[in-house]
Formats: sequence, C-alpha cells, structure tokens
Amino acid sequence: MNDNTFPLSYLPLGRKARVKALTSVGNTRRRMLDLGIIYDTEVEALQKSPSGDPVAYYIRGAVIALRSDEASKIIVEEIK
Amino acid sequence: MSAIKQIKKSDELNSYQEQFIIEKTDSDEIVVAIAGNPNVGKSTIFNSLTGLNQHTGNWPGKTVSNARGKFVHKNKSYILVDIPGTYSLMASSVEEEIARDFICFGNPGATIIVADATCLERNLNLVLQVLEMTEKSIVCVNLMDEAKRKKINIDVKGLSKLLGVPVVGTCAKNRKGLVDLLDQIHNITVENQKTNTFILKYDNSIEEAIKILEPAVHKNLVGLNSRWVTIKLLDGDVRLINSINKYCNIDILENKEIVSKLQSAREYLNKMGIDNVLLRDKIVSRIVCKAEEISHRVVYYENENYNLRDRRIDRLLTSKTFGIPIMLLLLSFVFWVTLAGANYPSELIFNGFSWVEGKLDSFFIYLNAPWWLHGVLVKGLFKTVSWVVSVMLPPMAIFFPFFSLLEDLGYLPRVAFNMDNFFKKVCAHGKQALTMCMGFGCNAVGVTGCRIIDSPRERLIAILTNNFVPCNGRFPTLIAIISIFFVGAQAGFFSSIISALLLTSVIVLGVITTLAVSKLLSRTLLKGLPSSFTLELPPYRKPQIAKVITRSLMDRTIFVLGRAVAVAAPVGILIWLLTNIYIGELSILAHCAGFLDPFARLVGLDGVILLAFILGFPANEIVLPIIIMSYMSGGSLLQLDDLFQLKELLVANGWTWITAVCVIIFSLMHWPCGTTVLTIKKETRSMKWTLASILIPTILGLSLCFIITTVSRIFIN
Repeated sequence: MNDNTFPLSYLPLGRKARVKALTSVGNTRRRMLDLGIIYDTEVEALQKSPSGDPVAYYIRGAVIALRSDEASKIIVEEIK
Repeated sequence: MSAIKQIKKSDELNSYQEQFIIEKTDSDEIVVAIAGNPNVGKSTIFNSLTGLNQHTGNWPGKTVSNARGKFVHKNKSYILVDIPGTYSLMASSVEEEIARDFICFGNPGATIIVADATCLERNLNLVLQVLEMTEKSIVCVNLMDEAKRKKINIDVKGLSKLLGVPVVGTCAKNRKGLVDLLDQIHNITVENQKTNTFILKYDNSIEEAIKILEPAVHKNLVGLNSRWVTIKLLDGDVRLINSINKYCNIDILENKEIVSKLQSAREYLNKMGIDNVLLRDKIVSRIVCKAEEISHRVVYYENENYNLRDRRIDRLLTSKTFGIPIMLLLLSFVFWVTLAGANYPSELIFNGFSWVEGKLDSFFIYLNAPWWLHGVLVKGLFKTVSWVVSVMLPPMAIFFPFFSLLEDLGYLPRVAFNMDNFFKKVCAHGKQALTMCMGFGCNAVGVTGCRIIDSPRERLIAILTNNFVPCNGRFPTLIAIISIFFVGAQAGFFSSIISALLLTSVIVLGVITTLAVSKLLSRTLLKGLPSSFTLELPPYRKPQIAKVITRSLMDRTIFVLGRAVAVAAPVGILIWLLTNIYIGELSILAHCAGFLDPFARLVGLDGVILLAFILGFPANEIVLPIIIMSYMSGGSLLQLDDLFQLKELLVANGWTWITAVCVIIFSLMHWPCGTTVLTIKKETRSMKWTLASILIPTILGLSLCFIITTVSRIFIN
C-alpha cells in the first residue's frame, strides 16, 4: 500500500478511485464485500444527499448509497 | 381445477416457518421458486404467470414474505413461490435468511432467478450464489427492453453456456419471453433436462479444505448440496447451522464425524495462513470476480454513458437545495390532486346513496316493516356503509394511483436517500423511510416491511414508530376534517391548495414525531449506535401508467374499501342499536359517551369522539362515520343533504377549531388498529413490545392534545 490512499469518504464528487483495502469488520465487512467492494474495484462518487451524508457511489454498474461511517472504512486510491 | 387459481395472497401473518408449508391440492403439483434482486420485475413475472395481483413497486423490499400462486403449463400445474428479493444469500438479514432457506430447504422443483439486464454484473452475484446451491435453476434476464433503450446488448446464449443452466431473456411487462420461460421450467421439472452443476473453484488451499470436509457432509446430510454446505461450514455460518437443525432435524455440531473433519479443515486453513476473516473475504471476492468476468464476456455497451439521464435526474431530486423542497412539493401536489379531484365525486356518490336511501325508506314503509328492522338495516347498516364509501372511495382512487406512479418511477429510494441523515442522527436505520412509505398504504404492511432492516434494534424502532404515518384508513378522516373544517365549503382552487398544505404539514408532523420517538427509544429502551447501512438507488423506470391505474384501483382501493365496508357494516348496526336502546332517559351510546366525556374534554375531544376511536379499533376508516352517526342520532340534525352540512353538524355538537386540531392529532397518534397490533405481536414475538407499540402513540397523542387544549383555553379566556 502506498501513500496515495485515503478513505472513500474523502473522494470528491465526479472522481473515480480504486478500492485498496477494507477496514470494517464483521457484518458490515460482509455487506461491503457483497456489494462487490473488493480489492481493485472501481468506485465513482456520484451524488451527495441534501445533508451531505450519505453519498451515492457507482459500483459495478449499480448506484449504492453509503453513509460516511462505512465509506470511511473503505481505503481507496484515486484514478487520475 | 381452473387453469389459474388463486391460493393465497401474500401471507404477512404467517410466521417464517409456516411459509415453507406449501399447500398442494394435488400431489403432482410442482413447486417453483422465483428469486432475484429487489426491483428487477420479479413480482411482474409472478403476476404474469399466475394472474395474481401481487403489488409491485420500483423499490427494494416490496416482497417481504413468500407470496404464492398457481399456473398451468402443458397440462402440468405448478405452485409459484415469490421469495423476498435480496442482493445476496449470505443471510445477514431476516429476508435473506427466508430467501436462502426456501431455496435450500423448501425443495423447489426449479428456481427461477430473475436478473436485471441493465445491471447484470451486480445481479450475477445472487445468480452465482443460487447456482452454487442448486443446479435446478433457470436464469431469467428481465427488462431486456430497458437494456435495449440504454443500448446495452446481452448475449443470452453465451450466458447460458457460461452458467450451464437455461437463460431466458424477457420483458415481463409486455409478456415477452414468458412462454420460453414456461418451456424451460417444463424442461427442467418434467423432462428432467440435465443442467450442469455450476462449480466455482476457489483458491487451492480452500479447495483442499473443502476436500477434507465434504465427504463427511455428503455422508451425513442427505439431500443437501454438500459442496455448498461445506463452504458455509468452513465460513462458520451460524444461521445456516441453525436452519439445518430446524429443517433437517440434525444437530451438525453433535455429529462427531463432521465436527472432527471441520476441525482438521480449519487447522489446515490456518496453517496456510487463512483465518476466518480472510477466508470469508476470499469466498465473497471469488463470486464478485466471477460475476465481473462473466459480465465482461456477455454484456456489450454501445453507449458508455447509458445512465447519464438517471444521474441528471438524481442530481436534481437529491440536490442540496432542491432535494427536500421537491419532496414536500411532490407530496403536497399529490394531496392537492387528491383533495381537488375527490370533492365532486364524493358529493355525487353521497347524493346517489341518499337517493337510494330515500327509496329504501319508502320500500320499508310500504312493506310495513317493524321500525327496528328499518332502523337497523337502513339507518344503521346502509347509512354507515354509504358514509364510508362516499368519504373514502374518491380520495383513495386518486391518491393510490399517484403514489404507485412515484413507486414505479423509482422515487421512493431517493426519499430514503434524502432522509437518511435525519435517521442517522436519531440512531435509526435509513431504510425506515421506506417502511414509513409502506405505512402510507397500511401500517400492518409497513410493520412487516421492517424486515428489510437487518439490525434487530433498529427494526424494533421502525416497527414501534410506523404508526405515526397515517395509513389509508386514517387519510379520509384527516382529509374530511381539514377540508370541511379549515378550508370551508367552497371547493375553490385556493382552498384545495390550503387543504393540501395542511395535510402535508400533518404528514411532516408525523415524520418529526417518528424521528423524535426514534431518538427517545435510541436513548432509553433501545440504546445503541446505528448499524451499517447501504441503499441501492435503482435505475428510473418508465412507469406503465395504464397498469398502475388498474392495479392500484384493483389491488389497493377495492381491497381496502372492501375491508372498510366489511367492518363498517356490523359496526353500523351496533351504532344504531347503541343509539336506539335506552336505559333510563339516555341511549347506551349516550351513557358510554357521557362516561368518557369528562376525560375526553381534558384532551380537547368529547365522549363521542373518544368512543368512536375506541370502536374504530378494528379499522380506523369507521371513526368519522361513527362520530357522524352518533351526532345525527342526537337529534341536532336528522338529515344531511350534502357533505358540507357536516361542518354545521360538528359545530352544533360543540366543535371548535381546537376540537378539529385535537381530532387530527389524535388520529395521527393513538393506538394502532387491530390488524397492525396483531402484526406487531407476530413480528416482535413479544407482549412487552406490542404493549409498547400501543402505549407510546396513545400517551403521546393524549399528552399533545392535553397541552394544546390547556394552552388554548388559557389564551382564549
């Protein structure tokens, strides 16, 4: 893992990133994996809800809203 | 036996286990399960095949229990079981457990897995999980027309080759491809056509561990897919172990052979550096990667920006500035159309009924019927039923289609997306917004719908607060009181707009109450932090307007009205008897109302109103008719010529605007109706929580009404 990684919750809207690690545990971790959030998966931040949280992400052809609590546990690297 | 026959509509009241008992009227009948992600048209396929009107909607979690229906194809009859839509079968929620257990232990002759053509990769996750469990599967790639519109091409034959099972491309709303689907069901169940067992190969070390354990599983668990069970045992899936105990009557953890092999397989994995977490990661990742690989081979995008339009709509509907105002405006607009549109037909129906009543009166007089018979049947039964119909039917016939339209478009998940932060702040689940939307239709359905929430704590909060959303049984009361009391008799443009805004405020009050009570519960009885939350925002769909209208009329309006009439008829008789049987100087009703009156006055109501709410326990629809019947029997006004004389009647009985406000608030916050209470009992399996669900809204409503009454009295005097 290099220094260019950061939590998905910091990814600006309209930008894309690749998943590098998942720090959540237990049931939440399973849910994330189940959504297809595994190593090297491409994720794009699409849209914030009116209050800024949750944020909708484009993941493997589906639009999925994640709360910042979950998104902060997904470590990504931006695709430039 | 008729070709298409209805057995049972969705069986909300059945407990989970009972859902596995499929009543066959004929031992030759074949059970076919229909699985799939939420919102891929499962229910539409179910309806098309069985002719049943299972309600469908473009949002996750519509089917929360197993609905059943029958169909006949090539002289063979089938029972189709619609299992809850899930994204996965890892069983981390109740609905996933129900879905998985049915496929695994319900022993269906075939399982149809419906997938969304516009989002195939995501859907393949579930498809692969089902294929790992059973090879008697048919993949149905639905919404081919939507895919075509978005210029997404799918190689159906190629997919079938890669998966080893039949794949059918369909467009269920136009019935395209359904005959092909039926033929494939026939091939698999009747002709016993061979399908290839789909084996997903894992890492070498995992495969080694499977080899260690699988023979023992195969020997001891007959009838189950041993490879799949082995993987789940390695993964330490406790829920599956419980289910095996329940359905197969074998306690795996008591079986020495399985336990010892499981032990050595685990030791082997540990030696290879794979602990439980890594094993689970590897298993799930393998499925995801396989889905990606297959999708790359069979899906072609002609236009990479195929979902640009959806993103643009989302940017507007969930924007920081407009998201919530649009939501409120839409709600107000639906209410406005309902109120403005319902006025005239209500009047018309009411006049129609009055005319019939006049004829009935003459008829009974002509027959020389005893006065009590005339009273019970015409003044009691007929009149109450006619009230219920004329007050309820028009608003429902307008509101439901509109609401269904929003459902169909896919707007409701956006509501949940917009509202989530509020729910997070009160430590509740974001999907509670969805269960609240279900509550608009019927609170009992909303309570059952809470199964889409995984965390037991948050699910309980959602169940206990669902009642703060007025169901369609309470809408007519709210609408009637707002429109006759606050807006006045003239059905003008402005007055209907004011009514709609007032009604929206009532709903907003309900939402605020829900949040406040959720917060209170999270702080006290149900302490805890919000659990993880993910919400899928499905693609927008072009609604099938004609279908939406007929479906919501037939399914909801007629159904709800039927139920209301069924309750109203006997209550109408009861009311007539109560008002006409005298004990001493007063009727029984007057005695009861008089008894309740002092207390009711404290909270801004009167004895009759409170009695009406109590008698309305079986169904809230009849509250207002009871109030009207009781007042009319009081002699202040014997004949209502039109609906707008209602205000005069109410005022003559001492109503002020405070009374109206209190009735609205009490209608929003009092005990749930009988059906809902039963459903809560079933869902929570606890007397304590059922009681809480009755006490919380009641105490809150009474307190609020008391405060309003007291404060306003101080100011007015």
